[in-house]
Amino acid sequence: MAYSDKVLDHYNNPRNVGSLDKSADDVGTGVVGAPECGDVMKLQIQVEGDTIVDAKFKTFGCGSAIASSSLATEWLKGRSLDDAMAINNTEIVQELSLPPVKIHCSVLAEDAIKAAINDFKSKQGTDPSQT
Amino acid sequence: MNAPIYLDYQATTPVDPRVLEEMLPYFGEIYGNAASRSHSFGWQAEEAVGQGRERIAHLIGASAKEIIFTSGSTEGINLAMKGVAQMYGSKGKHIITSQAEHKAVLDTAKRLEKEGFEVTYLAPDSTGRHSAEQVAEALREDTILVTIMWANNEIGTINPIREIGALCKERGVLFFTDGTQAVGKVPVDVEADNVDLMCLSAHKIYGPKGVGALYVRRRNPRVRLVAQMDGGGHERGMRSGTLNVPAIVGLGKACELCETDMDTDREHALSLRTRFEEKIFGALDHVHLNGHPEHRLPACSNLSFAYVEGESMIMGISNLAVSSGSACTSASLEPSHVLQSMGVGDELAHSSIRFGFGRFTSEEDVDVAAEQVIAAVQRLRELSPLYEMVQEGVDLSKIQWDAH
Repeated sequence: MAYSDKVLDHYNNPRNVGSLDKSADDVGTGVVGAPECGDVMKLQIQVEGDTIVDAKFKTFGCGSAIASSSLATEWLKGRSLDDAMAINNTEIVQELSLPPVKIHCSVLAEDAIKAAINDFKSKQGTDPSQT
Repeated sequence: MNAPIYLDYQATTPVDPRVLEEMLPYFGEIYGNAASRSHSFGWQAEEAVGQGRERIAHLIGASAKEIIFTSGSTEGINLAMKGVAQMYGSKGKHIITSQAEHKAVLDTAKRLEKEGFEVTYLAPDSTGRHSAEQVAEALREDTILVTIMWANNEIGTINPIREIGALCKERGVLFFTDGTQAVGKVPVDVEADNVDLMCLSAHKIYGPKGVGALYVRRRNPRVRLVAQMDGGGHERGMRSGTLNVPAIVGLGKACELCETDMDTDREHALSLRTRFEEKIFGALDHVHLNGHPEHRLPACSNLSFAYVEGESMIMGISNLAVSSGSACTSASLEPSHVLQSMGVGDELAHSSIRFGFGRFTSEEDVDVAAEQVIAAVQRLRELSPLYEMVQEGVDLSKIQWDAH
């Protein structure tokens, strides 16, 4: 399978790899996927006020999954929570030129973003389903 | 990028230069049709084919008359299984095979099921192996065929063919084995090993692609097959079609070389594999060997690198030509059916890589490969949330994953 240059770049030089303290109040963590399906993404955000000031990821998955989550962390930094919530998987597909068989990687990245934001909000005492 | 290193010898092998050399005259100079009985062109071709037949037969302990040329093992499997089923279907409708067989066997079995046959798919043990006892328990009054592969293409596990063959002989059931990965690599003797039918393929043993053979026992018992290709009645009526003379010459030479070089080839492969596995297991934790530790093809090493996904692994070792049991690298969505049949979890199946060493692999190739594999696994584990959890003492099996 041929990978786009951007996928290769993120795979070879993944951005923002690592972990934040998941018990901290200002950190939201999203873990999505399943090992038996071949991909698990952990995405974390650190929030100040309404702005995401840091984002980290770790991904078990194919090159496209790694690239999707790496790209997501790049996009998240500096965004407001609402802007981050609005990130759509199709933007990731376009940016990385993912082929149809790899679209699920972008969906997973979008799910991870939403899961991290929801985790943060629930820590703040806001019900994510109301936002 | 460095020069690519070929470590996929179970997929195919390069043609040995000695094989190629012997084939070449049969394209331009000696081009007769082996079935032409009326002139020297045909006689020469027939002589070459005859020599090929002898060499194949010698390697597997058969007689030349028992060798039927095919286009390869997929055809050999189809001919053996469908040919037997159609010939002996009035005696019984039951067939026994294994879940770990090649797709060519499984799909042929499925076709036969549609045609009214009943197939029992035995599950191998956790090393991918079957026992004669297990086959014995599955045998029925109406069983007409047992099909168990000699050595598995993904994991290299070698089945106890002699014992399974003896059982089938005693019970009067025909025994077909897919010998594609075993012939030329390990000793094969259709008499001592009690085999009634066996397919083999040239391109797995340093011969050309597109040619193979089916061994069909002629006496004790005499096995009859319904031909799957109608035509000029070549190959004792079992497989019509003009013989591919240069390819058959190549297959014959490949067999001869495998026979003369078997010990050297085996020691070479074994020493490379040992060297490779020692390096890998010495440097990495959570590595699993898929397959049987001893009853295994000398050239095959199928390893699962836990917490690292197979396709990302292959990207990380992009100049090593290897195969993965991960679904991500193949057209299907399911990981390797072989690993699944052995009870290897999907998670580890997604992390599996098959390394295959061969006649032209060097120690340096192995050292470079091991170094790159170790570096890729270490790097990807730093990226892996699963590895992190395990380091933190989390039991992954206790986590409620959201499967998708």
